[in-house]
Amino acid sequence: MDYANYLVFGIYPYVALGIFLLGSLIRFDREQYTWKSDSSQLLRGKQLRLGSNLFHVGILFLFFGHAAGLLTPHWLYESLGLSTPNKQMLAIISGGIAGLLCLAGISLLLQRRLTEPRIRATSKPMDIIILLWIFVTLVLGLTSILFSLQHQDGSVMLLLGAWAQHIVTFRAGAADFLLAVPLIYKIHLFFGMSLFVLFPFSRLVHVWSGFAAVTYLTRSYQVVRQRG
Amino acid sequence: MKIRAQIAMVLNLDKCIGCHTCSVTCKNVWTSREGMEYAWFNNVETKPGIGYPKEWENQDKWNGGWSRNSDGSIAPRQGAKWRILANIFGNPNLPEIDDYYEPFTFDYAHLQTAKLSQTPPTARPISVITGKKMDKIHWGPNWEDDLGGEFAARSRDKNFDDVQKEMYSTFENTFMMYLPRLCEHCLNPTCVASCPSGSIYKREEDGIVLVDQDKCRGWRMCISGCPYKKIYYNWKSGKAEKCIFCYPRIEAGQPTVCSETCVGRIRYLGVILYDADRIEAAASVADPEDLYEAQLQIFLDPNDPAVIEEARREGIPEAWLESARKSPVYKMAIDWKVAFPLHPEYRTLPMVWYIPPLSPIQATAESGKMGMNGIIPDTKSLRIPIKYLANLLTGGKEAPIVTALDRMLAMRAYMRGKSVEGTPNTAVLKQVGLSEAQVQDMYQIMAIANYEDRFVIPSSHREAVIDAYDEKGSCGFSFGNGCSDGVSKPSLFGTKKQPAMIYVDAPKSRKNTAEEI
Repeated sequence: MDYANYLVFGIYPYVALGIFLLGSLIRFDREQYTWKSDSSQLLRGKQLRLGSNLFHVGILFLFFGHAAGLLTPHWLYESLGLSTPNKQMLAIISGGIAGLLCLAGISLLLQRRLTEPRIRATSKPMDIIILLWIFVTLVLGLTSILFSLQHQDGSVMLLLGAWAQHIVTFRAGAADFLLAVPLIYKIHLFFGMSLFVLFPFSRLVHVWSGFAAVTYLTRSYQVVRQRG
Repeated sequence: MKIRAQIAMVLNLDKCIGCHTCSVTCKNVWTSREGMEYAWFNNVETKPGIGYPKEWENQDKWNGGWSRNSDGSIAPRQGAKWRILANIFGNPNLPEIDDYYEPFTFDYAHLQTAKLSQTPPTARPISVITGKKMDKIHWGPNWEDDLGGEFAARSRDKNFDDVQKEMYSTFENTFMMYLPRLCEHCLNPTCVASCPSGSIYKREEDGIVLVDQDKCRGWRMCISGCPYKKIYYNWKSGKAEKCIFCYPRIEAGQPTVCSETCVGRIRYLGVILYDADRIEAAASVADPEDLYEAQLQIFLDPNDPAVIEEARREGIPEAWLESARKSPVYKMAIDWKVAFPLHPEYRTLPMVWYIPPLSPIQATAESGKMGMNGIIPDTKSLRIPIKYLANLLTGGKEAPIVTALDRMLAMRAYMRGKSVEGTPNTAVLKQVGLSEAQVQDMYQIMAIANYEDRFVIPSSHREAVIDAYDEKGSCGFSFGNGCSDGVSKPSLFGTKKQPAMIYVDAPKSRKNTAEEI
């Protein structure tokens, strides 16, 4: 059991991150023509605007929430006057709201992708896999809130934070922090990490470009290029 | 002054017969691919009509083009940059495929395989997207061809603004004209301005606006940004595609496919020199009626020694300057002022210009039923209302349209005098402000329209840009990643392998054949 724990939470995170980073790089370098958001709005606009907006706003908040929550060193928020139980409550409330928004959005998107004939016919298998995968990860994450409410001292949160911080700083023994953590968090973690594995092989690569699109704000409106 | 050159186009609507040859040849060359069946880089619409996609001219609905702020600056009408980014998850101004039409083929096989029945078998339309049978085809790139459909639907045409359109609903008063449409290769394109990833650009050398297929991320803001709706979303590849002005042909000094194949000889291609530093000012003038003249102001006289000297200094090739002096586009747009930009009020400074149609009045004038203005017929009593043409071509200003039509009538009167009566009618020329030399040139270029007069295209000397030796043995015309077609064979990143969708409903025997292919 210890070995399985080590494999999934000590080794797999690096495998996932490696595939995520190298895979993205190789695909960007080799197959940029396939690098796109793959929007299906043209074929059916209804549901998409509401669903897509809810989903994206929710999941962006969750992404940055997880990053800030897991990777902020314990002493930093303590020194800012945020106690551990309060931090957990903040995470539960804000994450819960964003999670529900995201859930509403992804439900609309899933329903549309599976039932609209035009969308279904033009969907690649990966489009459906990714939506389902995020859906399951999200539901697991929302379910874990119920468990978090049972231990409001934030002890589990500290363990999860310690694990994540050890992973990204390449320190040994990261997986040991998760030995005592309830199973629901572990499954959620596994699904979450696996998203990074799927990332370079799916339309998710558009996330990179979405962040890069912010540079549009500083660009001049017109673009003139010399013939290549 | 920053001099740039552009290959611009003029379409002489007076001679367009609406045969759709341009559309078909263009489609066969560029868009006969999955994902682009519904897209027509060139289509011919009958006006009045709401067009393709539906009501494309109604910017209250689609928010294309630019709008002028109270401080005198301009921003895309669909929103400034932050607004465009905020809409990236769901574009509120994006047309749906039904606004164009759902691409279809017909179930031809059924005609041969149908069992004996009381009624003849029919080939029902099959959607190319879903592979399912369709009940009905609702729209298309020339749906209102030759005034198809009822007046009530057609007259939602935006160009009827400020026109008493009811009287044109009666059979005796009805009018029509053809409008071939393609990308305008604007000086101030909203598609370029709307692209969050900066993948659309205007080429410095020849002004052609292109989408970098590798850099396009499918944010689809260009589609709503373009007021002419001439950027299309390829639903298969997830990329935006548009008219490329047949740049491989232009670079070789050949006309575009639509121009080359035009049986009516209505299309002209030539070089225009313009001052790139004055684009923003010209696009920002307060009154939409002044936009046509503002655009004329930024074009430079290719015969002006100062312009020639500056152009040489900026590295514009001598062949291009020579072509600019012979440019039929310059003559028609600037010299004779008979050609106009399409919807200058969108503030895009379009570079595909149109000569308004004249033909419908001539017959009436000759039968003596029309008022005369001096020697030539009074253009104010035209069958096509001047206001309608002005709404289409000058942002609503009628005077330039009247002048252009008068000049075309004067050319006919002059030539009729010369070749029929034996004495050139020079009085009529004074009335419209043309010299005899000018009108003879007009006749040569607009009426005779020889190939070499219509297409004055300097080659772009690609041999000086690329060392062709390196291209030896390479894979030729391809996207981005060298010889890759963008899809890895055992589909690692790309699309699922499937036969063409049109076979989904086909009998099993045929389905197998399709897969084998």
